[in-house]
Amino acid sequence: MRTHLLNRVLSNDLPRSRWLALLLLAILLGLAFAPFIFPGVKALSVAAKILVFIVLVASFDLLLGYTGIVSFAHTMFFGIGAYGIAIASVHTGATWGSLGLGFVLSLLLTLLLSLAIGLFSLRVRAIFFAMITLAVAAAFQTLASQLSEWTGGEDGLSFKLPALLSPSTEFSQEPLWGVALDGRLLCYYLLFTAALLQFLMLLRVVNSPFGRVLQAIRENEFRAEAIGYRVVVYRTLSSVLSALFACVAGAMLAIWLRYNGPDTSLSFEIMMDVLLIVVIGGMGTVYGAAVGAVLFLVAQSYLQDLLRLASDASQAWPAVSALLSPDRWLLWLGLLFVLSVYYFPTGVVGRLRSWAALRNATAQKAANVP
Amino acid sequence: MTSPQDMLLSLQGVHTHIGAYHILHGVDLQVPRGELTLLLGRNGAGKTTTLRTIMGLWPASQGRIAFNGLDITAKSTPDIAALNIAYVPENMGIFADLTVQENMLLAARNARHAGQMDAKRLDWIYSLFPAVQKFWNHPAGKLSGGQKQMLAVARAMVEPRDLLIVDEPSKGLAPAIVQNMIDAFRKLKASGVTILLVEQNIHFAQQLGDSVAVMDNGIVVYSGSMKQLSSDPDLQKSLLGLSL
Amino acid sequence: MKGLNFSAIDTRPLWLVPVLALVALPAVGSLDTWLTLTVAGLAMGMIIFIMASGLTLVFGLMDVLNFGHGVFIALGAFVATSVLGGMGDWTHSRELWRNLLAVLAAMGVAMAVASAVGLAFERFIVRPVYGQHLKQILITMGGMIIGEELIKVIWGPLQIALPLPEAMRGSLIWGEASIEKYRLMAVVVGLCVFVLQAWTLSQTKVGLLIRAGVQDREMVEALGYKIRRLFVGVFVVGSGLAGLGGVMWGLYQQNVTPQMGAQVNVLIFIVIIMGGLGSTGGALIGALLVGLMANYTGFLMPKLALFSNIALMAAVLLWRPQGVYPVANR
Repeated sequence: MRTHLLNRVLSNDLPRSRWLALLLLAILLGLAFAPFIFPGVKALSVAAKILVFIVLVASFDLLLGYTGIVSFAHTMFFGIGAYGIAIASVHTGATWGSLGLGFVLSLLLTLLLSLAIGLFSLRVRAIFFAMITLAVAAAFQTLASQLSEWTGGEDGLSFKLPALLSPSTEFSQEPLWGVALDGRLLCYYLLFTAALLQFLMLLRVVNSPFGRVLQAIRENEFRAEAIGYRVVVYRTLSSVLSALFACVAGAMLAIWLRYNGPDTSLSFEIMMDVLLIVVIGGMGTVYGAAVGAVLFLVAQSYLQDLLRLASDASQAWPAVSALLSPDRWLLWLGLLFVLSVYYFPTGVVGRLRSWAALRNATAQKAANVP
Repeated sequence: MTSPQDMLLSLQGVHTHIGAYHILHGVDLQVPRGELTLLLGRNGAGKTTTLRTIMGLWPASQGRIAFNGLDITAKSTPDIAALNIAYVPENMGIFADLTVQENMLLAARNARHAGQMDAKRLDWIYSLFPAVQKFWNHPAGKLSGGQKQMLAVARAMVEPRDLLIVDEPSKGLAPAIVQNMIDAFRKLKASGVTILLVEQNIHFAQQLGDSVAVMDNGIVVYSGSMKQLSSDPDLQKSLLGLSL
Repeated sequence: MKGLNFSAIDTRPLWLVPVLALVALPAVGSLDTWLTLTVAGLAMGMIIFIMASGLTLVFGLMDVLNFGHGVFIALGAFVATSVLGGMGDWTHSRELWRNLLAVLAAMGVAMAVASAVGLAFERFIVRPVYGQHLKQILITMGGMIIGEELIKVIWGPLQIALPLPEAMRGSLIWGEASIEKYRLMAVVVGLCVFVLQAWTLSQTKVGLLIRAGVQDREMVEALGYKIRRLFVGVFVVGSGLAGLGGVMWGLYQQNVTPQMGAQVNVLIFIVIIMGGLGSTGGALIGALLVGLMANYTGFLMPKLALFSNIALMAAVLLWRPQGVYPVANR
């Protein structure tokens, strides 16, 4: 009975590996109870960022891992969602209605743009498309930093949230298990619920007949078309869906940070982070986004401290110290990225699953030996 | 009977996989020196695959390929070609945007520029294939199908080669041009080149073939002299479903 | 680029450049300003061409897309800061020939370093992923990140000024128009590079091999040529050219930043898409168009500069979806 329920919730896409299941459970519980387990502002920030990135990367996986489209315009939709909230709050007030309007408008803009881009992707070859999306994303970032009256330009926009989510709103004088019950906490759980729901939705999408057709198209577009699936429709739908989820992720980010700027959501660095997470976690798995995001963001936040220690310790050798400087975090990231593309092509999730499959296969063989 | 030393090219137990597909299932083929060996068989028998495997374009998963006694099974395509083997693929391999002259120059490995190509040899080629001379400075893509075929064969002849591997040179050609092609090959044969030819055209087979190998389902099911096959209509019927 | 058989060259795209320039004239208004902008645009275009030509040939020849091409540009520029910085007395001298020698030295060293790094880049980053486009995109981007960070380690993360040597500064006055000396020089250098490339491609056997390899790699191998070696050579030369372009770009902007490679990358991609992947002639036309467009819109509507180039690309693609001079076969 329980497995039946679990199957329905996870859309029949079970972890298929004991270790993976444990890991995912740990992540789920860790994020669910983060404010209580990990005290401190920084830890909560990391947790919130993880939630946002899980949605962002999972939506990217839908596009890359399941449909096989490489698009660098993903951060553009992320930014649109974030700016939607930010601009609404700054220009029309920090009320639920205002934010709601901004949210809906950003979704609409995302819908239109992703439709255009999705249709365009079908007219040109994949390489062209990748380069063009890169150019478009860059242009969009420039645009955002130049339309200063709306977007606050390079400095971005700081804004307030509705009173309910504001840190100063207290729901109770007494802290619960050491954690203040304030608007910030509510904000976190709003993000958590949103992330969880969207994650499950994405699982549902990729495991539906629609998702299967996407995979067929990814494997052999010509054959899919020959069988009768209109590739145009599926790819466009996939582009649009993926973009919409990214947009929501952007809104989530903005709500948490109460700030948004061109570098916060539109930068190339974020696109690289997304790529890195999806590759390390495992393309075409959705779970990879979760595992990858946790690994990446935890490392990013805490590895810098480690690097700082190492850099200080190696002051005697300036070259080594410079290489280990915490500001050069991206160098090690890049190395890790290149190595994982070579040696970890299926990512952590893929690796765990293939180990499990291997174990099952050998167990079966052993069972079949007379 | 030809002794083993007279085999310029020999394949033993060659298997080829393309992805998951097992195409060649142990091909044994002997190509005697100085003769024209025909590789026959219906479509899909594995003839083109055999040629490509010899040239190293598809790696043999098993077996041995020897050229002049040298094991070339694992060699790369450029290394194999550099052993003085010319290959004319089924799709001709003509560089459409380059001129006829540039196509020929590419094939002339020892020539740094057009002036270094052997003039006498070029004259000989012009006499066999007038179109090559006529369209010397034109983009090769502008040639007709038959002319392209001729250019492809001309390219293979621009320098003396020890072995010519040709895949269906008469495919899609008008009958008059086919005879042209047969004449050219006859003259080539007379110059002493060993030729391995895949051909479906019966006239080619009859007029030019010295030895014959018939393939089916990825293996050679018959090999012998052309005379033997020509004189045995029943054998022809059973192997090829037609009479020579 | 097809052989220099002029009757065979498709000349329609060549008109795009003068047409754009002429269309901009009424928009700009003043003839003198237009002249200044046009020369600036051509200079910028030439520099971009130098940077882009290597990339388009690499793609055309080996179907390898190097998203990390920008790293050679940045590298070249930073090397130039070191070389020129060390030759202070030559660059501060008023004598043009001293300045030119210093710049030549900087170019030489930058090209050498960029080529060497290109060799390593091809061997360790690109070679393992031949034929796998997705992995190429990912890995070459990773390579660029690593390269950028290493540049920051060596030269620091901040921008460094790269002033023009004394005698190369300033402008020539022609009537009311002022044309910067350096920009004229850039146009000349760019033309030289283009002519050299065109000559190599059309008159030498190596060039022939490259042009043939772009169309049918397999057949070139079957004719007995080790095309892998050719590719490494083209990659290395392409990286060297990117380094040269970096030096010139740095001098054009008069400063260098570690991100400059990534920034210019986008423009280069636009250029080679417009020009047709694999075509040097196309890259030249694309680069000149981009350079002109950037300068005209920089003057007329600065906020839309990058968008205007994208719009230009979209317009060209609508006319010829494979780029201005599509290279056959893929």
